[in-house]
Amino acid sequence: MKGALTTVPIIKELDIVGARQSGRNLARDLGFGSVDQARIATAISELARNIYLYAGSGEISFQEVQGASPVGLKIVASDHGPGIENVSKVMEDGYSTSGGLGAGLPGVKRLMDEFDIISDDNGTKIIVVKWLR
Amino acid sequence: MSSTKSDIKQYQDLLKQYLDTKDEVVLYQAEQLSKEIKQDVSPDEIIDEHYNTLLKLIPDMDSQIKDSFEFLIQTMTSYALAYKEYHELRTKQLELKAEIEVAANMQNTLLSTSIPQVDGLDIGATSIPAKLMNGDYYHFVQDDEGNVGVAIADVIGKGIPAAFFMSMIKYAMESFPENRMYPKVILELLNRVVERNVESGMFVTMFYGLYDVQRQLFYYATAGHEPGFIYRAQEDQFKEIDAKGLLLGVKKEVKYNQYVDEIHDGDLIVLLTDGVTECRSGDRFIEREEVLDVIKENKHLPAQDIVDNVYKYLERLQNFTLRDDFTLIVMKRSS
Ligand SMILES: Nc1ncnc2c1ncn2[C@@H]1O[C@H](COP(=O)(O)OP(=O)(O)O)[C@@H](O)[C@H]1O
Ligand SMILES: [Mg+2]
Repeated sequence: MKGALTTVPIIKELDIVGARQSGRNLARDLGFGSVDQARIATAISELARNIYLYAGSGEISFQEVQGASPVGLKIVASDHGPGIENVSKVMEDGYSTSGGLGAGLPGVKRLMDEFDIISDDNGTKIIVVKWLR
Repeated sequence: MSSTKSDIKQYQDLLKQYLDTKDEVVLYQAEQLSKEIKQDVSPDEIIDEHYNTLLKLIPDMDSQIKDSFEFLIQTMTSYALAYKEYHELRTKQLELKAEIEVAANMQNTLLSTSIPQVDGLDIGATSIPAKLMNGDYYHFVQDDEGNVGVAIADVIGKGIPAAFFMSMIKYAMESFPENRMYPKVILELLNRVVERNVESGMFVTMFYGLYDVQRQLFYYATAGHEPGFIYRAQEDQFKEIDAKGLLLGVKKEVKYNQYVDEIHDGDLIVLLTDGVTECRSGDRFIEREEVLDVIKENKHLPAQDIVDNVYKYLERLQNFTLRDDFTLIVMKRSS
């Protein structure tokens, strides 16, 4: 079991739940505990919700990756929406429209071990990894 | 989001002990532990530890209870995030505070002025910021004949921008020549400096006085500044200094009126900012008369003690939290 695991299209709101479920199952299979499973699911929610809200549609795909720590779960959220204009701004705490501490993309960054955004007029790709400890 | 493994291990031991003994001592130890771990361990991790310990102790735990723990851990995820962010913000806030403190110290150095020592004129002054940076300012100069120039000013607006602006005013004043300069001239020159920087959106009120030590005359002009008072010893009463003039920076070419008063033995000149007269105690505004009464009660003391006592009195009335920068100057003629 290595490489691409599965891809979940995000078109309607209920797909967010589907993506969470897939991510949680994969995380459990890879050996992640309850806390990490919940964190991974929360990160997927945020990413999928952003696709649903700001890009209309897109997908979340999952990969198993090998690295310094034996195994990790890589999640790629991609869409062909309008893109994020100012990524640095969005990554500032307190920027999220939903307000509240810990919300939005800065929250995703905290939940995961690795975090990367590539965004332009053609869409947004957010890549996150959680390593098994 | 990493946790200190040894702390969490301790949680397990304590929980086991407690389930066995129900001893208050163990609860006390748990309390101490929670103080130690609170920075590194987030709420969801504690619940997870609790859950794992229970799984070991109760191998045949009801599956509904197991599920409920998964549910609780998911619910706590957002708390954990908020908690983490809170800690990061707190660290940042402390860094910012330290930085502002450095700036405030630098401001104190840049704006420092020494009180002139003059025979027959006893001067006391204090300026205390409500926050870290002071938007009030006072400044003394002595010309080549020993006459004392005094400026007291208040930037409309507070905090760091106001403090920056004050430094500019001070440097403008220091560039003036050392010979006798009358208040109206000084205000007119400063008005140009402030007006030139009008896009900063800052305005300044200033009172400028010149005390002629030979003839005991007090010349003054005001740029919209809070009126001060002259205490007349002979009549034993305060008279408001009645002067008018536009704030600095509002208009390009402003002419200021200049006034003059004779100062007699025992008289006091009281100059202040609105932080002195507009302070509040609860919902109640403190009347100007109340401030003047305190000055009067203290009038026999050296000028610096008068100023310090008024500050102490108002500080206490306001429960030790100033709402506005506080600046007070007392000049006392004594032969
Ligand atoms: N996939 C995306 N496509 C376009 N814009 C996005 C996307 N994800 C996030 N954004 C923009 O970034 C902002 C911040 O997102 P986020 O941190 O999740 O906070 P929130 O969704 O609560 O506003 C959003 O308000 C949106 O403008
Ligand atoms: Mg969002």
